[in-house]
Amino acid sequence: MNLQFVADGLVAGSMIALGATGVTLTYSILRFSNFAHGEFVSWGAYLTMTVAGWIGTCVPRLAEPLEPLSVGGGVVLALLLAMGLTGVLAWCLDVLLYARLRQRGTAIALVMASFGASMALRALLEVVYTTKPAYYSTELQIAVPLGHGIRLTPDQLALLAATFVLVALLNVFLTRTSTGRAMRAVSESPDLARVVGIDVSRVVRITWYLGGGLACAAGVLLGLVVQIRPGMGFDLLLPLFAAAILGGIGSVPGALAGGLIVGLSEAAAVQVVGAQWRAAVAFVVLVAVLIARPSGLSGRAS
Amino acid sequence: MPDIAGIVSYGSFFLVLVLINGIAVLGLNLQWGETGLFNVGVAAFVAIGAYASALLTTPATGAHVGGYALPIAVGWLGAMGASALLSALVGLVTLRLRADYLAITTFGVAVTVGLVTQNAERLTGGTFGVSFIPRPFAELAERPVAFATATLVLVGFVTLLVYLALERLARSPWGRVLRAIREDEIAVASLGKNPVHYRLQAFALGGALMGLSGALHAHFVGYIAPDNYQASLTFQVWTMLIVGGAGSNRGALLGALLVWGLWSVTGLATASLFAAEDQARAAALRIVAIGVLLAGMIVYRPRGLLGPGTGTQPKESTPVSGAADA
Repeated sequence: MNLQFVADGLVAGSMIALGATGVTLTYSILRFSNFAHGEFVSWGAYLTMTVAGWIGTCVPRLAEPLEPLSVGGGVVLALLLAMGLTGVLAWCLDVLLYARLRQRGTAIALVMASFGASMALRALLEVVYTTKPAYYSTELQIAVPLGHGIRLTPDQLALLAATFVLVALLNVFLTRTSTGRAMRAVSESPDLARVVGIDVSRVVRITWYLGGGLACAAGVLLGLVVQIRPGMGFDLLLPLFAAAILGGIGSVPGALAGGLIVGLSEAAAVQVVGAQWRAAVAFVVLVAVLIARPSGLSGRAS
Repeated sequence: MPDIAGIVSYGSFFLVLVLINGIAVLGLNLQWGETGLFNVGVAAFVAIGAYASALLTTPATGAHVGGYALPIAVGWLGAMGASALLSALVGLVTLRLRADYLAITTFGVAVTVGLVTQNAERLTGGTFGVSFIPRPFAELAERPVAFATATLVLVGFVTLLVYLALERLARSPWGRVLRAIREDEIAVASLGKNPVHYRLQAFALGGALMGLSGALHAHFVGYIAPDNYQASLTFQVWTMLIVGGAGSNRGALLGALLVWGLWSVTGLATASLFAAEDQARAAALRIVAIGVLLAGMIVYRPRGLLGPGTGTQPKESTPVSGAADA
């Protein structure tokens, strides 16, 4: 049996996991499903491309591919900068829009506002970059055989490694630092957290930086192995939600597991029904979870 | 000498599209404005109606299933039934869960219905869509003014029926229970009314109206394709409701008029102001503008132009805040 689809599923799943971690973090701190999260993925991918372009112009040496990867150190450097920029973008959206609605206390108005923001942000990308697909690199890569019929390109291997490093760092941050503990306190009870002297607005800001930064990383990885399009994040949104709910919304390890499961299910189902139905797989997973176990794998009831 | 016939035709077609959109907005108002149910998949329910009616009424082609050449009215009823059924199924899965899950599930329905319209060629004609959908008053096609006026009268009559029925429903015992559920769900449950049943009925009825809107549009244009039912349609219908005022049927129709008017005017403006190669960018800029309008209305005037003035703002049906999970 050819196990290539397992490798493909893990690659897709790790990107979904990065995005779903952001969705689940925002949900646990701010308590609403952010439909604009997919746009952070797209914006992160485009911001990285633009910054990498600047770096490549200033320091041509950084534009040359970093063997065996298809992209140069410039893209890696740009990714780190763009993660910060996307975090700031997410925070700006909060200040301009979400914070004003939070004060009024209607959670579902936030969902609607995020839906409007997602349309506007995506259309804005089309205005700036047009709908033409873009690429970080035109280098062709040879996939490396890994046994059992599995082949992955060096980019895909780097992507898998990057995902696990990022999620591990996030987990250490949330469990071992005082800021991480403050975030978990706010997710348990914002009022109680405020009483014990936690700066809730700072926690909200850091949540957006983290969510935006991880979304940016997901976007760059997606752009690296597929392509960069204004709709890339919006198309990823359903798998993100499915993964976050499957993992138990609010749980970071759950989002990682959920992302991998959704990615693997997509890869397995595509073998049977054809690639054009890929996006429906996440929907099937979502409905199955909502019917069988709405609280998700992590299992705490709402 | 102004072209009076041209102006009458254009004006009638404009109003027909306003009313067709208006029916979908009325459906959304029943779901969101009256019941507080958040539907992010409006486009899917409109699409189901359009395809259902098209498959029932078109002549047999062999390219896709359907082609029963049934009367148009049967197609419209079938459209309402199909969308109501899909809405009820979605409602059954999600209405017991927290409000966000309904939003996410309806979003998933929109994605999946979009895939079906594109890929299930035997069912929907794939990307080519369905053509030769019979138009009411097709025999008047030679006389544009008469055709436009007759279509406007028909669509206006359907809209009026829907509007009057909704107003009546809102004042009926059923409508009072819906409002009561929105205000205090537990109190209603203690009186022996099952809130989930009432929400399910409102959600299915709202979905039926979206399906009717899709069917009317399909028979007005005569041709449907997957591109008509993108997320931007959902977004447009939402903006109409929020601008007009959630909770008010008159507001829903006013919102349809204003937003469709704005959409048409900016469309004409970008068509004449921008060079051909910049048209796609200009079209995207219009969506940015509508997005900013929607966000601005939610922040600065959440009750819209005609929404209920005091105390009856839609509330979330499940207490999302305070649902701490981890």
